[in-house]
Amino acid sequence: MSEYFDAIVVGAGPAGNAAAYTLAKGGLSVLQIERGETPGSKNVQGAILYSDALERIIPDFREDAPLERPILEQRLWVLDDASYIGSTYRSEEFKKGPPNRYTIIRAEFDRWFSSKVQEAGALVICETTVTQLLRDPAGKVVGVRTDRTDGDIHADVVVLADGVNSLLAQRAGFHGELQPKDVALAVKEVLFLSPQVIEDRFNVGEDEGVVIEMMGKITQGMIGTGFLYTNRESLTIGVGCMVSSFKEGGIPPYQLLEDMKNHPAIRPLLRDSEAKEYAAHLIPEGGYKSVPQLYGDGWVMVGDAAGLVNAVHREGSNLAMTSGRLAAETIIELKSESCPMDARYLTEYKRRLDGSFVMADLKKYKDVPDTLHARPQLFTTYPELMSRAAMHMLHVDGTDKKSKQRQIFREFREQRGLLGAASDAYKMWRALR
Amino acid sequence: MHIVVCIKQVPDSAQIRIHPVTNTIMRQGVPAIVNPYDMFALEEALRVRDRLGGGKVTVLTMGPPTAEAALRKSLSLGADDAVLLTDRLFAGSDTLATSFALSQAILRLSEQEPVDIVFTGKQTIDGDTAQVGPGIATRLNLNLLTYVAKIEKVDPEAGSIRVHRRAEGGVQVLEAPMPCLITLLEGVNTLRHGSMPDMFRAARTQITRWGREDAGIDDPTRIGLKGSPTVVTKVFAPKPTAEPATQLEVAGRSPADVAADLVERLFDDSGDLERLLLRQAG
Amino acid sequence: MNANTENARPKGRRFQLDPKFEAYKGVWVFVEQERGEVHPVSWELLGEGRKLADQLGAVLGAVILGGGEEEALADALEKACEEAIGFGADLVYLATGEVLADYRNETYTSALTDLVNTHKPEILMLGATTLGRDLAGSVATTLGTGLTADCTELDIDPETRSLMATRPTFGGSLLCTIQTLNYRPQMATVRPRVMAMPAVDPARSGEIVRSGFGMSEDDVLAKVLEFIPDEAREGAQLPYAEIIVSGGLGMGKPENFKLLFDLAGVLGAEVGASRPVIQAGWVEADRQVGQTGKTVRPRLYIAAGISGAVQHRVGMEGSDVIVAINSDPQAPIFDFATYGIVGDAVQIVPALTEAFRKRLAVTRAAS
Ligand SMILES: Cc1cc2nc3c(=O)[nH]c(=O)nc-3n(C[C@H](O)[C@H](O)[C@H](O)COP(=O)(O)OP(=O)(O)OC[C@H]3O[C@@H](n4cnc5c(N)ncnc54)[C@H](O)[C@@H]3O)c2cc1C
Ligand SMILES: Cc1cc2nc3c(=O)[nH]c(=O)nc-3n(C[C@H](O)[C@H](O)[C@H](O)COP(=O)(O)OP(=O)(O)OC[C@H]3O[C@@H](n4cnc5c(N)ncnc54)[C@H](O)[C@@H]3O)c2cc1C
Ligand SMILES: Nc1ncnc2c1ncn2[C@@H]1O[C@H](COP(=O)(O)O)[C@@H](O)[C@H]1O
Repeated sequence: MSEYFDAIVVGAGPAGNAAAYTLAKGGLSVLQIERGETPGSKNVQGAILYSDALERIIPDFREDAPLERPILEQRLWVLDDASYIGSTYRSEEFKKGPPNRYTIIRAEFDRWFSSKVQEAGALVICETTVTQLLRDPAGKVVGVRTDRTDGDIHADVVVLADGVNSLLAQRAGFHGELQPKDVALAVKEVLFLSPQVIEDRFNVGEDEGVVIEMMGKITQGMIGTGFLYTNRESLTIGVGCMVSSFKEGGIPPYQLLEDMKNHPAIRPLLRDSEAKEYAAHLIPEGGYKSVPQLYGDGWVMVGDAAGLVNAVHREGSNLAMTSGRLAAETIIELKSESCPMDARYLTEYKRRLDGSFVMADLKKYKDVPDTLHARPQLFTTYPELMSRAAMHMLHVDGTDKKSKQRQIFREFREQRGLLGAASDAYKMWRALR
Repeated sequence: MHIVVCIKQVPDSAQIRIHPVTNTIMRQGVPAIVNPYDMFALEEALRVRDRLGGGKVTVLTMGPPTAEAALRKSLSLGADDAVLLTDRLFAGSDTLATSFALSQAILRLSEQEPVDIVFTGKQTIDGDTAQVGPGIATRLNLNLLTYVAKIEKVDPEAGSIRVHRRAEGGVQVLEAPMPCLITLLEGVNTLRHGSMPDMFRAARTQITRWGREDAGIDDPTRIGLKGSPTVVTKVFAPKPTAEPATQLEVAGRSPADVAADLVERLFDDSGDLERLLLRQAG
Repeated sequence: MNANTENARPKGRRFQLDPKFEAYKGVWVFVEQERGEVHPVSWELLGEGRKLADQLGAVLGAVILGGGEEEALADALEKACEEAIGFGADLVYLATGEVLADYRNETYTSALTDLVNTHKPEILMLGATTLGRDLAGSVATTLGTGLTADCTELDIDPETRSLMATRPTFGGSLLCTIQTLNYRPQMATVRPRVMAMPAVDPARSGEIVRSGFGMSEDDVLAKVLEFIPDEAREGAQLPYAEIIVSGGLGMGKPENFKLLFDLAGVLGAEVGASRPVIQAGWVEADRQVGQTGKTVRPRLYIAAGISGAVQHRVGMEGSDVIVAINSDPQAPIFDFATYGIVGDAVQIVPALTEAFRKRLAVTRAAS
C-alpha cells in the first residue's frame, strides 16, 4: 500500500504549521513530517510573536494559544562595558484593542499550533526525518524519502519548511551552502523567575511584558545584538552574532552570553533566576540579496528555509507564517483549477510573496547586512563614545554645557574621524530608512 | 498469545525545576515523555510476540487525555492495540488505587481475549515506587516475576514461561505458569525504530478511551483519592545542609603537587583512612 | 504514593483511626536473608526501627522467613535471630518452611501477610532491595494498605501516632512526606545505605517466636530452576564499598575510565559512574550511582568529571569525604564536596594515583 497526498509539508515550525493548517483547511490531504520528538521540541525557546501574521491564519488564536505576556514596553539599550544609554517606549495605547505582540515559549506555542493543524485534518508524523526529495526522470519533485523503512511517500507538491540551513534544498541543488556572512548564530537561555519578581523588577502589571533590545560592547566587537524578553514566569535572554564574526572573533557563543549576563546593568535583572534551558540556533540574515529560488516543479520553499528573516527588526516567525500561508493558498487554488504543480504555475506564490510585506521589508533593508559588515565600529567605538557623552553631560562638575559638548564632539572626531563618523551615520540611515 | 503492556506518561523530570526562592515547582514547558523504563517492557513484549510469530500486544495507560500521545508512540513501534483509561475520578490515585484501576481494565481486556502476560516497567521516574506491577499481579493473582533481565522461553502449549530475574546477590532462573506479570529490568534490549507504515497506522488509529464504568469499576471509593490509603502531607525542598568544598590551590601548581597536597590533607583529617587504605590496598 | 498530589492534608479526611486497626501495635522490620546471609539493610532498618519504637513506646519486632533441608541453613537462621536481637529487636518472628528456602513472591507474600494478620504490627519496614520491593508491593496490596517506597527519613507524627515517611519526588529535586492515616500496618521501604548501621549489642536479650509455614511445594506455581550467584558474574559491589572512585561525562571518552580503574586499583576501591556514562555504555549499568542507581556511603568518594546534579548527589552525599575534580569552578558538585580541585580530571586522576601509590609505599616502609 503506497501512501499518496495532495501535499507534503516538511517541518513543523511556524512556516510548516501555517502551510499545513491552511492546506488542510482548504480541503487538501496533507502529510506533515517533523524530525523532532514533538513539534517544537527542536525549537529555540522564548520569542516574540507578531499577531498579525497569525491572525490571518487563525483569527481567534488568542482564545487558546499559549501566549506569555503582551508587550507594553520596548527598551533599546546601547551598552559599553560599564554602562548603557537607552530609550524606552511605553504606551497605554498598546492595551487598547487586541495586542499586537506577545512573548511566547516556542516549544509550547509550536505544540499548540500543531494541535490546530491536526484538528484541521492534516496527518502529522514526528520523529521522522526527511532525507531526500524524490524526483521523477524529468527532475520534478514527486515526494519525499524518510529515515524509516518503507519510508517513501508521494505527493503532488512538497512544501519545504525545514528551517534555516535546509539540507534538503542543498542536496536537491536548489541553493548552495549558507555563507557565514549570511547567517547569524544566536544563543538563548530561559531563566526562571517568579511572576511577582518579574513584574516588580520590570515595572509591569500581571499581564504585561517588556522587551529590551541591546547592542554595543556586549557583542565584543562582533556584528550582532542582544535581547531580553519577559515571559510569564521566566526571562528569555540571548545574543546573536554573524557566524563570520564568531569565526574572526574567536569568542565562543556561550561565553558571550555569560559575559552579557554579567554586565553590571543586566546582572541585577537576572538575580536569583535559575537557568532552565540553553540553546543555540542559526538565523539566516543575509536578507533580500540572499533569498534563493523559492519554487520549482513540484516544490515550494517557505520560512527560514528560504532565508525570509528581517534581521533589523528581529522578525522571522511572522515572515515564516505568512510565506507558509501564501504558498498554501497558491497550492489550493492551483489544485481547484486542476493545474499541475509546476514551476510555471507555482510562480504565483513568488508573485504573492513579492506583493506582501515579506519581500517589501526585506527589500527595504537589503543593504543593512553589507553596511554592518563594513562598519564594525558601530558595535564598539560608538557605544563607548555615546556612554562617555552621556556621562559628560550628566556629571555636574562646574564645566559649562557648551564646553562639554565640544569635548564630546572632539572625542568622536579623534576616535573615528569626522568624515568617517558622518559617513557611518549616512550609510546606516540609508540602510535603515 | 495476548500481551498487555502498562505504560505511563510522565513529566520529563530532568526538566522540572524548583523555584529557588519560593520553593514551588515550575512546570512551564516541561514536556511529557513515556516513562523510559516502560519502553523496555514494550520492546520485550513486541519481541515475544514476534518470536512466537503471532499474537497481540495491547498497551494500556491510565492518565489524562494527553497520555494518548504515549499510546500513539507505542502503536508506532508496532503495538497492535491501545487503551487509555481516563476519568476525573482517577485523579490523585496512589499505587494501590492505580494498580486496582489497571487490574480492572486488564480484566476487561481479558474478557475480549484472555491475557497471557502483563508487562510493566521496573518503575516510573515520577512515582518511582516499583509497586504498581506487584500490585496488579497480586490483585489478579498472576505469577509475579519482577526485575526480569531475560525471557529464556515462552511455551504457549504448556502455558509456561522461563525467565532470568535479578535477585539480591545473583540471578534467579524461574519457571512459572502463565498468566504472569513481568516487570522488566532496564537496559536489557534496544528499542526498535518503527516503520513508516506503522507511523501512519499510529497517527490514524482511533484510541479506545475507557472511563471508570467502561473499565468495569463499580465502586468509586476504590479509585482516586478515596481509594488511596497514602496521603502526601507535605512537599518541600531539601535543606541545603552542605558547606561548599575547600578548594585546593591549583594556580601555578602541577597536577602532581595538587595530588600530593590532597593526599596529605586526607590523611591528616583521618588516620583511619590511612589504615583503611593500607588494609584495602594491601 | 503519588507524586502528582502536591496538596497538603486533604480536607475532610478523618484522623482518628478506624477501631478495627486499634489493635495494631509495634514496629516490625522484615529481615531479608538469602541462603542464610542477611542483607545489611535489615540491620540498618532495625537501628531506625528502634528509634521509632522508642518514640511510640512500642515493641520492635524482626521477621525472618526461611527454611530448607540443610543444617547449615538452620544454624544461619538461628544466628540471624540472635543478631537481630543484638541490633535492637525485642521480638523475632521466625517462620520456617520448605517452600521458603528460596525467595519467591508467592510464598513470601503469603507467609508475611499471615504473620501480620496474626500479630498486627502498626509499622512494617522492608529494605528497598529487589527482594524487598517485590515483596512489599504484593504484601501491601494483599493487606490493602499504604506503602511508601524508598524513604530517606522516617519519623512519628506525635499528633496521630502515625508514620511520617519522607522520600524524594520529582526527580529528586523535592522531598515529600507521606502518611498512611487510616490503614494499618503502615508500610515503608528504605534503600540500603540510607540509614546508618547501628552498633550491635551482643548482650541484649529478646524473645524468638517460632512458627511453621505449612504450604507445600506442590502448591507453589513458580519453580526456581537455578541460582547464579553474583561472584560468578563479577558485578560491582558499590553500596558497601568503603572507597569509590567515580567518573562522569567529564572524563571525556570511555578509554579515560582506565585512569579511574588504575586509581581504584591502588586504593582497593570500586569504580562508580554517573548515569550518562552508563547510558553511553562506557561502563556496566550496576556501577551507576544516584537516584536511579545505587545509594552509596563510602568513607571516601572521589568524583571526577561529575557535575553533581541532584539525581547524582542524592546517591552519594552520605559519603564521609567527597573529593571533586572538575574543570568548571561553578560546577554544583563543589557546593557540597569536602575538597575541590578545579582542573582537568584526565591529568589530575593519574597524578592522584601516583601520589597515593608513593604515599602508601612510604607508610608501609615506615611501619
Ligand atoms: C535566538 C532567536 C531568536 C528569535 N527571535 C524571534 C522573535 O522574537 N520573533 C520572531 O518572529 N522570530 C524570531 N526568530 C526567528 C524565528 O525563530 C524563525 O524565523 C522561525 O522559527 C522560522 O520558522 P520556520 O518554520 O521556517 O523554521 P523552524 O522554526 O526552524 O522550523 C523548521 C522545522 O523543520 C524541522 N526539520 C528540519 N529539517 C527536517 C527534515 N529533514 N525532516 C523533517 N523535519 C525537519 C525542524 O525540526 C523544525 O521543527 C528568532 C530566531 C532565533 C534563532
Ligand atoms: C529521572 C532521572 C534520574 C536520574 N538518575 C540519575 C542517577 O541515578 N545517577 C546520575 O548520575 N544521574 C542521574 N540522572 C542524570 C542527572 O540529572 C545528570 O544528568 C547526570 O548526573 C550528569 O552526569 P555527569 O555529571 O557525568 O555529566 P555532566 O552533567 O555533563 O557533567 C560533566 C562535568 O564534567 C566536567 N568536566 C568536563 N571536562 C572535564 C575535564 N576534562 N576534567 C574535569 N571535569 C570536566 C564539566 O564541567 C561537568 O561539570 C537522572 C536524571 C533523571 C531525569
Ligand atoms: N498510570 C499508569 N498507567 C499504566 N501503567 C502504569 C501507571 N503507573 C504505573 N504503571 C506501570 O507500573 C510500573 C511501576 O510504576 P511505579 O510503581 O509508579 O514505579 C511502571 O513502569 C508502569 O509500567
